[in-house]
Amino acid sequence: MSDPVLAVDGLSIAFQTRRGPLPAVRDLSFSVGRGEMLAIVGESGCGKSLTALALLGLVPPPGRVTGGTVRLEGRDLLALDEAALRHVRGARISMIFQEPMTALNPVLTVGEQIMEAILEHEPVSRKAARERTLALLERVRIPDPARRFAEYPHRMSGGMRQRVMIAMALAGAPAVLVADEPTTALDVTIQAQILSLIDELRREQGTAVVFITHDLGVVSRYVDRVLVMYAGRKVEERDTRDLFADPFHPYTKGLIAAQPRGLAARPQAGPGPAGVARERLTEIPGTVPALAAMPPGCAFAPRCPLADDRCVRTVPPPRPAGSGLVACHHAGESHAI
Amino acid sequence: MLTYLRRSAAQLVFVLLGIALINFFLLHLAPGDAAQVLAGESGAATPEYMEALRRQFGLDQPLYIQFLRYLGNLATFDLGYSFRQSLPVSELILQRLPATLLLMGTAIGFALVAGCSLGFLAARRAGKLTDTVISIVALLFYATPVFWVGIMLIVVFSVILDWLPVGGMTSVEANLGGLALVGDVALHLVLPAVTLGLFYLAIYARLMRAAMLEVYGQDFVRTARAKGVRLRRIAWRHVLRNALLPIVTTLGVQLGSILGGAVLVETVFSWPGLGRLAFSALFQRDLNLLLGILFCSSVVVVLVNIAVDLVYTLLDPRIELG
Repeated sequence: MSDPVLAVDGLSIAFQTRRGPLPAVRDLSFSVGRGEMLAIVGESGCGKSLTALALLGLVPPPGRVTGGTVRLEGRDLLALDEAALRHVRGARISMIFQEPMTALNPVLTVGEQIMEAILEHEPVSRKAARERTLALLERVRIPDPARRFAEYPHRMSGGMRQRVMIAMALAGAPAVLVADEPTTALDVTIQAQILSLIDELRREQGTAVVFITHDLGVVSRYVDRVLVMYAGRKVEERDTRDLFADPFHPYTKGLIAAQPRGLAARPQAGPGPAGVARERLTEIPGTVPALAAMPPGCAFAPRCPLADDRCVRTVPPPRPAGSGLVACHHAGESHAI
Repeated sequence: MLTYLRRSAAQLVFVLLGIALINFFLLHLAPGDAAQVLAGESGAATPEYMEALRRQFGLDQPLYIQFLRYLGNLATFDLGYSFRQSLPVSELILQRLPATLLLMGTAIGFALVAGCSLGFLAARRAGKLTDTVISIVALLFYATPVFWVGIMLIVVFSVILDWLPVGGMTSVEANLGGLALVGDVALHLVLPAVTLGLFYLAIYARLMRAAMLEVYGQDFVRTARAKGVRLRRIAWRHVLRNALLPIVTTLGVQLGSILGGAVLVETVFSWPGLGRLAFSALFQRDLNLLLGILFCSSVVVVLVNIAVDLVYTLLDPRIELG
């Protein structure tokens, strides 16, 4: 990959507590190239949303970035002060959020909110900003933009609002778009529309997309690469096709197996309520360890069928595997299961 | 909008009927009537004289007749006659109403503007020294009795510093007119308005701070930050407008109590308003006057509440009239 637009290196985030810092994201590195879409996948609490916020310098207290760099077009964002960072946000890197219902200000019209993203960064007239906003609304396929422009968010459906969020995020033609579970709160049919809209826009504009999700199945069709996080660490990063065809990390295998009608879903016979045979989803036993009770070795060891002494004692370092990286002592030998 | 106003007007009629009913019977629960007070003041009276007085005032009629008569009079905007002051009630009220409205309006305006500004400032500097100072001062104002604040302000600003008049609404000596009169009234207005306003200022400051901090925690503020909006602009445009909603709600609820507070302040500052009139009417058993004042204040409170509802819809597009 030639010169990534966004390069994250050794990113660590911790919650500051009275008993000292509690690491939530550890030593995370990844990069995204122009027009590329990377998915960061993991269970709730694995640090993926925190990572997304860190990319814009928006980690909420008591969280704090404790190390690493986030280079956007060569510039380390973590080294910038608030004023400089403000000029980057919304202009070079922007974000869409999970809850379109609450992510828009209820007392401002959607037009004003999109215009604001333009006016805060560029010395253009209100009229010009309005024209561009109307074009953006059209772009994200909101019918009748002129009317929608003057409407308040509560008048719109969830899917509509998410389109408004996307229009807002694209207003400054950013190099990177961070999407934090943008489809989780939407109906399945709307999910697909929003996903293909994001996909289409990145193809046309060459925007790099970091797509945060807990749902592997949702993104498998669109993303180029998948980064799997577990308990604050990257455990595997591979090209999408390879990952689904041959996952290395036992956690990734578990995630793929847990997908309904997933590529590697393993049907197990189980009697349904009316005696009809139903497909039963495989689940990963156990839960993610709490931040305060992180095991010294591999965080997945307590739930892993392959775990041995080494896994309990030492954290597996990431090593090259196929088209990417995997952090597992047993990767390579684990093909038997 | 029109439908809303029409419906409010219909509701207004019922509210006023209820108010008239409650006021009337509540006041008749108190022992004694105007005839007794008059008789008591003149030192001695024969039962015949009392009887004549009662007949003259219509006090010998059964209560429900008195009430119906009162309602009938209300319907024709006749508030009755004050036998103590020998003047029609409406005339007495109209004399005093402007002074009270001026005092209330100024006090509320002062409390709103200063209170919201302080709360806004405290929220923007949450956890810092400014915030602590504002919070402590607000707590002090909140906890101090209104009459005591009034007396202390008089002692400091009128007696010791001699900057402001002690009481009244205009200077007695000078016969002023035009702009000079306005200035004179404004000067007299400062202390009573501040006294009445301080308590509410404290409430609005605390409320504003809490509301702002709550709004700061909401998702759309994060969205605004993510699109690179300046912190200053976020505070003014995104947070403030949303934080004003609970303030307006509280304002509507408190109007009645501000009117009540005016009685105390008018007494301390000998401000010639409705409050003092009501106060003396109460002690003189001047029921007609008292009823008139209560009724008028109720009308004012109800009308202002309708205005507050209208303001609310301007601030929050999610609320629709109708």
